[in-house]
Amino acid sequence: MKKDNRFKNSLIMLIVTIAVLFVLNRILDDYKLRILNLCGIYITLGLSMNLINGFTGLFSLGHAGFMAIGAYTVAILTMPAHMKEMNFFMKPIMPFLANIEWSFLPALIMGGIMAGLFGFLIGAPVLRLTDDYLAIATLGFAEIIRVVFTNTQSITNGALGLKGIPASTNIWWSWGVAIITILLMVFLIEGSYGKAFNAIREDEIAAQSMGINLFTHKVMSFTVGSFLAGIGGGLLAALLGTIDPNMFRIVLTFNILLIVVLGGLGSIKGSVVSAILVTIAMEALRFLDESINLGFIELKGIAGMRMVVFSLILMGVVIFRKEGLLKEN
Amino acid sequence: MGNQGLLQHLANGISLGSLYALIAIGYTMVYGILRLINFAHGDIFMLGIYITYYGVLFTSIPWWVVFIFASIFTGLIGLLLEKIAYRPLRESPRITILISAIGASFFLQNFGIVVFGGRPKAFPIPDVFNKVVKMGGVSISLITFIIPLVTLLLLLGLTYFITKTKTGMAMRALSKDYETASLMGIDINRIISITFFIGSFLAAVGGIMWGIRYPQLMPLMGAMPGLKCFIAAVIGGIGNITGAVLGGFILGLGEIMLIALLPKLTGYRDAFAFILLIVILLIKPTGLMGEKITEKV
Amino acid sequence: MLKIENMTMRFGGVIAANKFNVDIEKGQIVGLIGPNGAGKTTIFNVITGVYRPTEGKVIFNPSEVERDITGLRPDEIAKLGICRTFQNIRLFKELSVVDNVFIGNHLIIESNVFSSVLKLPKYRKEEKEMLDKSIYLLEKVGLEDEKDSKAHSLPYGMQRRLEIARALATEPQLLLLDEPAAGMNPQETRELMGFIEDIKDEFDLTIFLIEHHMEVVMGICEEILVLDHGSLIAQGDPGFIQTDSKVIEAYLGVE
Repeated sequence: MKKDNRFKNSLIMLIVTIAVLFVLNRILDDYKLRILNLCGIYITLGLSMNLINGFTGLFSLGHAGFMAIGAYTVAILTMPAHMKEMNFFMKPIMPFLANIEWSFLPALIMGGIMAGLFGFLIGAPVLRLTDDYLAIATLGFAEIIRVVFTNTQSITNGALGLKGIPASTNIWWSWGVAIITILLMVFLIEGSYGKAFNAIREDEIAAQSMGINLFTHKVMSFTVGSFLAGIGGGLLAALLGTIDPNMFRIVLTFNILLIVVLGGLGSIKGSVVSAILVTIAMEALRFLDESINLGFIELKGIAGMRMVVFSLILMGVVIFRKEGLLKEN
Repeated sequence: MGNQGLLQHLANGISLGSLYALIAIGYTMVYGILRLINFAHGDIFMLGIYITYYGVLFTSIPWWVVFIFASIFTGLIGLLLEKIAYRPLRESPRITILISAIGASFFLQNFGIVVFGGRPKAFPIPDVFNKVVKMGGVSISLITFIIPLVTLLLLLGLTYFITKTKTGMAMRALSKDYETASLMGIDINRIISITFFIGSFLAAVGGIMWGIRYPQLMPLMGAMPGLKCFIAAVIGGIGNITGAVLGGFILGLGEIMLIALLPKLTGYRDAFAFILLIVILLIKPTGLMGEKITEKV
Repeated sequence: MLKIENMTMRFGGVIAANKFNVDIEKGQIVGLIGPNGAGKTTIFNVITGVYRPTEGKVIFNPSEVERDITGLRPDEIAKLGICRTFQNIRLFKELSVVDNVFIGNHLIIESNVFSSVLKLPKYRKEEKEMLDKSIYLLEKVGLEDEKDSKAHSLPYGMQRRLEIARALATEPQLLLLDEPAAGMNPQETRELMGFIEDIKDEFDLTIFLIEHHMEVVMGICEEILVLDHGSLIAQGDPGFIQTDSKVIEAYLGVE
């Protein structure tokens, strides 16, 4: 009875969401559509980090690295040969990559798989560390990825970045993936494995004494999280059309962390709502950074102000409201 | 590479290592007591440089007085940072306080962009430091020698402070066993404030010398040295001051030598520290001089 | 069921357990007593793999086959059939009561993570069984009405019982109870004694328990081990222990 109700409610929610997206897709201009796309992508990214940091209680700061892997995989796999030739004018691309041209879906999945694979390879040694060390090691890993991508010119085009990535991401891709991710998270967390993740977060020693293999479960959570981060990165690359290694600095991880913390660590609903709010707010507060002309008066923006506001929000939330702004109690 | 080249690199490596060591001490002292990675430490270092910059350029105070006051002032900022961002969270889960530390770091960086502007500025180097010393056929700038010397003096002072003074001993007691020490009537808040002051003070001294050595100032300049110095502290064994110094030198010398011996890998310079970190953590998770802590069940 | 041979555990210079020997037979209830700091919990930690002993062996032999479990990880040991409770209760605080027990089932699960996410029929069936079993165990410890409360909101005595239910969910053959009666009033303590004997029969358990309540130890243990300063100073049935001079000395000091 209760279960049927939930199914019915979810179905209604789903239909309403799709209808709203359909309408928005028709009426919004390009700029606003882009923000709507970003909302969907950040839902996926926020949830992927929440899985690792919120549900499993690991403290990973490597998200930007996994996103970079996903973004570059999608870009290189989907760009047509002549586009690659134009991009790689400093140093030609490796021959076996030059003529590859996949369609978006397999490229996106490949992006996720590559990120997940790296998550697995990195996670296996690094997840033996405890929280602080894990944070710094994953942060280090993300930096290494960025440095490597800057230097491997014949694969990534180095610091020049890649331009002209086919713009495949639209509302249906970004939000479709977001909805699938939400469902996946709900099912995962409700199930036995998700509960085991929660147990690890609550008390590692007790979890282990109840027969939970800490290491395999942590690696599992970390790999799934990095897979989703890679998918998010791939969607982002195909939305923006241009990527370069500097996009994937720590700031990017910080933005996602902000979403997770505002929404509440370990809250799916919270992450979804806060992904939308933060993405819109980031755009809405852009005026803080840039000058805007109101016709009669020009307001001078100050570069950096937006991030000052956001970092204050982040600190305010953790200091004054630890459960997150949006988590219901 | 001849002997002369090697000498040059060695001198550079030691001076960079000294700077890393000075900053790493701040990380290790704070971690020793609070078990907190003070992510904002690198940005405190950046503030120290900017404060000195404005002091030298916009006042008529002699440069050496500015240096001293700027370091003290930066120390006070560090103390304030702890009061605002960390103290309210002392009893909270570790992840919360780490997030606050990251927030503080980003706040300081962007505050820097807002107040100091994003464009690079040139550090006003007092003429004294522009001298070049000729040694064994190579010319090495004077500052390359001054840096290790100042570092050595500060280290001696710090060692005296933590081994011989009452406050220093309380500090060590607190990092050995927080709970017991707090029951012994040690004023924890005061000790923690002093720890943050010393750490930030040393970071500022390091920052000033950094500014003389690498005179380009940017609001984000603290991020990378900050991360690297934390790594230095971890490599040496976090919580251990000697370890932090050792880690600083290993990292500084290692970086310079990597570029000197394998110029092709110059682009990977910033990755070197992180790779070293991951290797060390896997081989000896407690760092070279760290002690193992077992959780009570 | 369990044999410990010449086990010594040193932490730096401190000897927490010194050449400790024990042989527990199937179906016994064995008590471990001793003054505070005698090293009782250390022995539990060595058995369950939280610590690796400095010397000596731990052997688990629920059947004819002997297995050296020294130095295995806690989760491996739990899977072999040894589960425990903790002296300073370690529940999954933020999770519901029923989830705490449900997680105890996790080590038995056969479905992989994919069938769990996709809710394949095999997983659904397993989940149903796990849930039914969890509810049954909660009824057993009298917590079925609290199943949706958060674990940390329960009163102390209930938390102790929840820990036992969680341990039972792992389907152990050997159950280690670390001070199960701590903080309980005489009424609750009497109920607990009945309960322990009850679960022993129903789940065919062997029980090894640490306890300070002499009433409990003397009342239900067939065999009692007395530990002092990491060494075994006496061993025998309750009647023998109560009159042993070394035990009296350890507890009351030398005249």
